[in-house]
Amino acid sequence: MVKVRMATPVLQQNDEVARENRKLFRKKGLFVLNLMSSPGSGKTSILERTIEKLSSRLKLGVIEGDIYTTKDAERIEKFGIAVVQINTAGACHLDARMVQPALDDLDLNDLDLLIVENVGNLVCPAEFDLGEDARAAVLSVAEGNDKPAKYPLVFRESQVVLINKIDLLPHTDCDIDQLEKDLKLINHQLKLFRVSARLDQGFEPWVQWLEEQVNLKKKLSASQ
Amino acid sequence: MHELSLMMGIVDQLRKSAAENNIKKISKVMLVVGEMTMAVPDALQLAFEAFKEEELFQNAVLEIRKEPVRGECKDCHHNFGVEDFAFVCPNCSSPNVRIASGRELYIDYYEGD
Repeated sequence: MVKVRMATPVLQQNDEVARENRKLFRKKGLFVLNLMSSPGSGKTSILERTIEKLSSRLKLGVIEGDIYTTKDAERIEKFGIAVVQINTAGACHLDARMVQPALDDLDLNDLDLLIVENVGNLVCPAEFDLGEDARAAVLSVAEGNDKPAKYPLVFRESQVVLINKIDLLPHTDCDIDQLEKDLKLINHQLKLFRVSARLDQGFEPWVQWLEEQVNLKKKLSASQ
Repeated sequence: MHELSLMMGIVDQLRKSAAENNIKKISKVMLVVGEMTMAVPDALQLAFEAFKEEELFQNAVLEIRKEPVRGECKDCHHNFGVEDFAFVCPNCSSPNVRIASGRELYIDYYEGD
């Protein structure tokens, strides 16, 4: 009998492609955001509001991850920006190898900001690096206070959490201050934004943050 | 349920390594899974079963060693077990905590003939 020591990370292949993607984004001075959440928390609605506010200020592109449909991509196309659809055909997350060929369908030279809307799932996407610059998780107040404790990885690995559906707060048992404290216990550097995509509330600080990151990336890339 | 895609990566690595080492049948695989990965051991076992038709894995047993979540305080360098995913140093109360272990996901070794 032979014993073979490996110590190879299971995600090594993914991480190698993620590094290639990241290198390309750096070369193009393009800021890439990975948007993650459970289904129904409002990722696409947040994306719509964000596009509305930023499309006059920045050149935007979107990659839509969906298991089977093109429903979200159709919603985004209406804004007249570049959209590429990835159907994962059953897979519960996007990985770097799915994103890489989708990049060929976008003119990266003509973009300032690329937003990747991941498959609706609070568990699996957190494990896969796509080569993005930042990760934003969406959590709606209707989902309940226990979500950070149940799904810590996605919040630990994110830079931003958008707390959505704050217009529903009076109708839920959600204690939003406690929710924010719980998120900060997992990751004290998290930037938190309270928003309502439905009523278009609270978006200005979020889009300002995003615009700052885009400009920072451009400067960094130009100085290299 | 991303354990199946993780397992596809695992068996790929095993196939490649077994071919390089001239191993025809694997008897045991030791996988290390940190408690802060989102991979569920039972689901990994179930996914592994899907590859049992292959001769290489026919008699293979998958063993999973779990690694607890530990943090290291960046301010006072205290190393501690993280409970309930609260990344706060119990020594100096700093929230400036690095994950020291718990994010592992790798094949430690396998045995075969």
